[in-house]
Amino acid sequence: MDNMVNVYFFGKKYSVPGDLTIMTAMEYAGYTLKRGCGCRHGFCGACATIYRIKGKNELKTCLACQTQVEEGMYVASIPFFPTDKRTYDIEEIKPTQQIMMELYPEIYSCIGCNACTKACTQDLNVMQYIAYAQRGEYEKCAEESFDCVSCGCCSVRCPAGISHPMVGLLARRLTGKYIAPETDHLKTRVEEINKGAYDELIEQIMQKPITEMKELYNTREIEK
Amino acid sequence: MFTAEMLESIKKVEATRQERMKTEPRRMTADEKDALLKAYHPDYREDGFKEIKIGPNKGQKAPAELTDLLHSNSRLLHTSVDLSKVDYDVDVLVIGGGGAGSSAAIEAHEAGANVMIVTKLRIGDANTMMAEGGIQAADKENDSPVQHYLDAFGGGHFAARPELLRRLVMEAPDAIKWLNNLGVMFDKDADGRMVTTHGGGTSRKRMHACKDYSGAEIMRTLRDEVINRGIPVVEFTSAVELIKDEKGQVAGAVLLNMETGDYAVARAKTVVIATGGAGRLHYQNFPTSNHYGATADGLILGYRAGAPLLYQDTIQYHPTGVAYPSQIFGALVTEKVRSLGAMLVNKDGEAYAHPLETRDVSASAIIRECANGKGVDTPLGSGVWLDTPMIEILGGEGTIEKRIPAMLRMYLNYGIDMRKVPILVYPTLHYQNGGLEIGGDGFTKAISNLLVAGEAVGGIHGRNRLMGNSLLDIIVFGRNAGKAAAARAKDVTLGTMTLSHVDDYAKELAGAGLAGDAVSPLLLPQYARHER
Repeated sequence: MDNMVNVYFFGKKYSVPGDLTIMTAMEYAGYTLKRGCGCRHGFCGACATIYRIKGKNELKTCLACQTQVEEGMYVASIPFFPTDKRTYDIEEIKPTQQIMMELYPEIYSCIGCNACTKACTQDLNVMQYIAYAQRGEYEKCAEESFDCVSCGCCSVRCPAGISHPMVGLLARRLTGKYIAPETDHLKTRVEEINKGAYDELIEQIMQKPITEMKELYNTREIEK
Repeated sequence: MFTAEMLESIKKVEATRQERMKTEPRRMTADEKDALLKAYHPDYREDGFKEIKIGPNKGQKAPAELTDLLHSNSRLLHTSVDLSKVDYDVDVLVIGGGGAGSSAAIEAHEAGANVMIVTKLRIGDANTMMAEGGIQAADKENDSPVQHYLDAFGGGHFAARPELLRRLVMEAPDAIKWLNNLGVMFDKDADGRMVTTHGGGTSRKRMHACKDYSGAEIMRTLRDEVINRGIPVVEFTSAVELIKDEKGQVAGAVLLNMETGDYAVARAKTVVIATGGAGRLHYQNFPTSNHYGATADGLILGYRAGAPLLYQDTIQYHPTGVAYPSQIFGALVTEKVRSLGAMLVNKDGEAYAHPLETRDVSASAIIRECANGKGVDTPLGSGVWLDTPMIEILGGEGTIEKRIPAMLRMYLNYGIDMRKVPILVYPTLHYQNGGLEIGGDGFTKAISNLLVAGEAVGGIHGRNRLMGNSLLDIIVFGRNAGKAAAARAKDVTLGTMTLSHVDDYAKELAGAGLAGDAVSPLLLPQYARHER
């Protein structure tokens, strides 16, 4: 076959088609994946992977499902990493700087090496969002960390033992619940429904014969 | 990156863009849609289906791959599992750790029940995590639950179960409020108003989103909440069979440790099946947008225990799966790309249909274009263009990065900048419209303490589902199942546990001449290639 490349899974050499991803190349090589495989489309972070190209010094991190194989790739998957999530009651905590100090005090041990940012499989500015968290700027931390898939590659590389994805997650929940403005139209609608404002109307439409429903549907006005 | 033929076709797309943007393509009439579906939708391809020979849906058809699993025996048929040794003893057992299962567990816990989640991969490894576009709820002034009902009922070909659809639309605003209160970051403007858009088949802009990580944002928040509450989650452990008692109730499940191969017994007063979809069965050889574990396990478990299926013969093919490049073949390109203004354009640069027809219609139209030589050839088949640069023209530079960052990132990984060039798409197996039948209370009608929630349910959407109604249904029906399961658990007295239904099923199979060696549920797709 054309375009075969040599890759090394856990140090063992396999010849695989060059257009595969690391994940599909492992399957091509005969692996039945249980760990290290989730959504297969770059959203779940299950397939955190570390690799080095033979002869090159740089150690790279990636998602196996989103990365094409290369000649001479030495691959090891990181199917689990003991990220340290602290538990809390979202109803009890408040978006003060204090809460981050209580739950994730190690973020203040960040030495600014930027290894987390370099390791990020989503190209996020991880060190920056940790800095925002340190300062209690949760909205900025939430925005900067929003695309995080919790693969944990940042935490693997962190000399301070920070669990970055968990810090971002806390900042996002604080932002979503406490900092972002409340939605009046949502509150109003929920109250209307609870008061029974739509009970009769919904009963009526449920009872309508199909022919009438077809007519209603096919002639309904569509918002521009 | 692109082939010469693709580059040639891109020129045509660019040449017609300005003219195309002046008018909105006409929407099809009801008759045109019917004719198109019959001619091109995979649900009408007879050789993709097989008749079910035993059980409650005997005589009906289902996708061939699903029928084969229904026609298989239990993994436990010739295995002795000691049911007297109970490893987990709970009020509520939730099978599946996606959005529906997690919502159910949170609500059951809130109601004071002793609840446990069992999931064959990790909590959050689920289609919920991958839902991009958004979640519907009629919470704006010009909208109402009744309008939402009409859109969903019509979009589902007037086949939805009214009592289920009623719950879906009436509890939608509260579902959004609940998620918001848990800390989900919805897209809002400075005044707190939700930023909402259209989805295919909606008559009001009621699609709420969290950029194009809507499902991920919801799932990671739910997962965090499950962990904060200390709800036990047994990961890498599949439920391979329901356990029943002599009264015909469910009494728990036999669990399989995916890594060690050991069995365990979970006893429960109520069981919630929240096992999700079936994309990894690759019906009719379609690629899929689904996660690795989407193999219809819950349907098999429930059916073998006596619960009927509903609409198991209707499947949703998302119109815009990735057609190129091959590395991400079948991955979802969110409908939001069209909500934001991108048109579907064929090889010759023609906008051959309105971009926001319902999914089944839109998918059929793409299949038609490709079948009639209007598609662009790709290494794995063909596809049509989704004219993404239009989004930047319509919404201003930076719109793609702000509103659909996941899509931008996915394509940039392979050197394709969707802000500058259109992308190639073809339908991908996305959603099972059908599933186990439930009543308006969330319980199966056949088994009084068995509930189903999420994609494993049939009947909520009818024969086609609108974008944004699935994230909604996992929350609405997940929450309901958790509450109902916790309440029912107080009244359930379990008898002696038994797996006799497994033997009965084997006899029925043998009686129908179907005594093969195959076992189900499948648990994981067979992707490993073995040379020998």
